Amino acid sequence: MQFVRDMLDRAAPLFEEGGKLHKYHAFYEAPDTLLFTPPTVTSGRTHVRDGMDLKRMMVTVVAALGPVIAMALYNTGLQANLAIQSAGAAAIRDDWNTALLHILMGDSGVGAHDPTSLFGNVLYGALYFFPILITTFAVGGHIEMGTAVIRKHEVNEGFLVTGFLLPLTLPATIPLWQVAVGVAFGVIIGKEVFGGTGMNVLNPALTARAFLFFAYPGQISGDAVWTAANNVDGFSGATWLSRAAAEHGALSQASWMDSFLGFIPGSMGETSALACLLGAGVLIATRIGSWRTMVGVVAGTVIVASLLNAVGSDTNPMFAVPFWWHMVLGGWAFGTVFMATDPVSSAFTNTGRLLYGFGIGALVVLVRVVNPAYPEGMMLAILFMNLFAPLFDYFVVQGNIKRRLARSHVAAHH
Amino acid sequence: MEAYLSLLTKSIFVENMALSFFLGMCSFMAVSKKVETAIGLGVAVTFVLAITTPLNQAIASLLLKEGALAWVHPSMATVDLSFLNFLIFIGTIAAAVQIVEMTLDRFLPALYNALGVFLPLIAVNCAILGASLFMVERDYSFAESAVFGTGSGIGWALAIMAMAAIREKMRYSHVPPALRGLGISFYLTGLMAIGFMAFAGIQL
Repeated sequence: MQFVRDMLDRAAPLFEEGGKLHKYHAFYEAPDTLLFTPPTVTSGRTHVRDGMDLKRMMVTVVAALGPVIAMALYNTGLQANLAIQSAGAAAIRDDWNTALLHILMGDSGVGAHDPTSLFGNVLYGALYFFPILITTFAVGGHIEMGTAVIRKHEVNEGFLVTGFLLPLTLPATIPLWQVAVGVAFGVIIGKEVFGGTGMNVLNPALTARAFLFFAYPGQISGDAVWTAANNVDGFSGATWLSRAAAEHGALSQASWMDSFLGFIPGSMGETSALACLLGAGVLIATRIGSWRTMVGVVAGTVIVASLLNAVGSDTNPMFAVPFWWHMVLGGWAFGTVFMATDPVSSAFTNTGRLLYGFGIGALVVLVRVVNPAYPEGMMLAILFMNLFAPLFDYFVVQGNIKRRLARSHVAAHH
Repeated sequence: MEAYLSLLTKSIFVENMALSFFLGMCSFMAVSKKVETAIGLGVAVTFVLAITTPLNQAIASLLLKEGALAWVHPSMATVDLSFLNFLIFIGTIAAAVQIVEMTLDRFLPALYNALGVFLPLIAVNCAILGASLFMVERDYSFAESAVFGTGSGIGWALAIMAMAAIREKMRYSHVPPALRGLGISFYLTGLMAIGFMAFAGIQL
C-alpha cells in the first residue's frame, strides 16, 4: 500500500493549484480519497468529529449489496444451466460469454452446464455479470470524470453505488451497448444536469433502467430475456410475475421458499429476497437506509394487496396474489431495500418517508395488478414517488411550522 | 358510479393533462417556482376546468352539435354550428376565468398578486380548452364532462405542485449555467413524464 501512497504523493504537486495538471485535479483526487482517508478533517467549532462521510456511506451500501451480488453470480449461472440441462444443447446460447465458458471448462456441450456445480454456476454467472458491471463503470466513470473536469468539482463516490445497482437490475442477456447507452442517460440526464451526486431528483440507476425499458423493451421485458439460455421447447423463461398474471393459480406450481431464497428467473440481482433482507439489516443498523421508508413500503403492499384480494376478479388472476408473494417476486425486495431508501431521491422528513414508502408499496401492487402493460411495477412506482417526495416534505414542514406557531401563540397568551 | 370513478382516476393519472398530453405547459413552467403559488394556480385551473367542461358540454349538445337545434324548430334539425366550437368554448372559459380573477382579487389579494399575469392567462391555458375539445371528441355526457373536467384539473394541479416542490428542492442543486431556469425545467418535465408512465396502458 505504501508505494501507492508514495506514488500519489509524488503526483500531488502536479494537480495542485499552479500545477501543470490542475485542470484535471479530479483525476488525482478520486483515487486518492477512494483509497486513503483524506488528510483534511473537520476543524473549527464543530462538535461532531466522525469519519461518517459520503465515501463511507457509499462503501457501506456496496458492502450491504454483497449478498445480492453473490446471489446474482450464482443464480444467473444456475438458471441458465438448469434451462440448458432440461432443454438440451439447443438452448445453449451462441455468444462470447458461453464460448469463453466452454474454453474454461474444456467442454463445449451440455456437460459444461452442470446446475449442481457451485463453481460452474458462479463462473457462468460471472461471465454475464462482470461484463455488464465493467461496461457500467467504464462508461459511467468516464462521464463522472469528464463532468468533474468540466464543472470543476471533485469526483465523489455517488457513482459507485449507482454503478453496482444498475447491473443488478438488468437481465443477464442485455446487449452491452444498451447498458452503455442506459448508463450514459442515467448519469447525464438523471444526475449530472442537476449538478451531480446529491442533487438529483430521480434515482439515477432507476432512470437508466427506465430509459432502457422504454427505449429497448425487447431486451429488458417479455419472457425470453431473463435466462441466459435460448427459448426452446421444454423450457419457458417467463418470470413468475408474468406467469401469475397470465393464468389463475400459476403460483401454486411455484415454491415460495425458492422465490424467497432467489432461485427463480429474473433480473440478475433482484431474485433473492433473503439477500436483500440481509442488506436491509446492514442499511438499517448503520442508519444509512431509512427503516421508515421500508416499513412504509411493506405497509402499502400489505394493505393494498389484501384489499385487492378481498375485491377479487374473475378475469384478472393478479387480484388473488397475496402480499407475501408480491414481496418475493420481481424487484420488490431489491427496490424496497436499495432503491426506495436512496437518501437523495426519497423524502427527507420522517413522516414524509413513511408516506413516500407507503405510496411506493401501494403503487407497485396497483401497477402489477391493474396495469396490463407491465407485469412488474417496482421501478415505475419508485420513480413516480421520487417525483412526489419533495411535495410530501413540503407539507410535513408546513405542518410543523403551523403547529409550532400555534403552540407559541398559546404559550404567549398564558 | 363505478364508471365515473374510473373516469376520474383516468383523467387524474393515466391521461394526465400536463405529463401525458403536455398541455398547459406555459404556466406549468412559469408558475412552478414556489409550491404556494403552484397550489393557488392548481386550484384555480381545477375550478375553471370543473366549471367550463360541463358548461361547454351543455352548450355543445344543446346548441352547436349537428341537429342540436331541433328542439327550437324541426326545420333546424340540419343546422350544424359545430364550426363555432372553438369560439364559444374560449368565450365560456374567458368568462369563468374572469369570475375566478374577481373572486381572488377580492378575497385572496396575496395569491392574486403572486399569480400575476398567469391568472388571466388561464383563459388561454391549452389544458382547459383541451379538456373541452376532448369532451366533444369523446362524446361525454354532462355528468361525465363534470367528472372529466374536475379530474383533469386535479391531475394538472398535482403535476404542477410536484414540479414546484422539486424546483424548491433544486435550490440546492448545481445546475450548469446554460440550463438554469427553463432549460432544466424541460429536462425535469421529461423525467416526470417517465414517472407517470407507470399508469400508461391501464384500461379503465
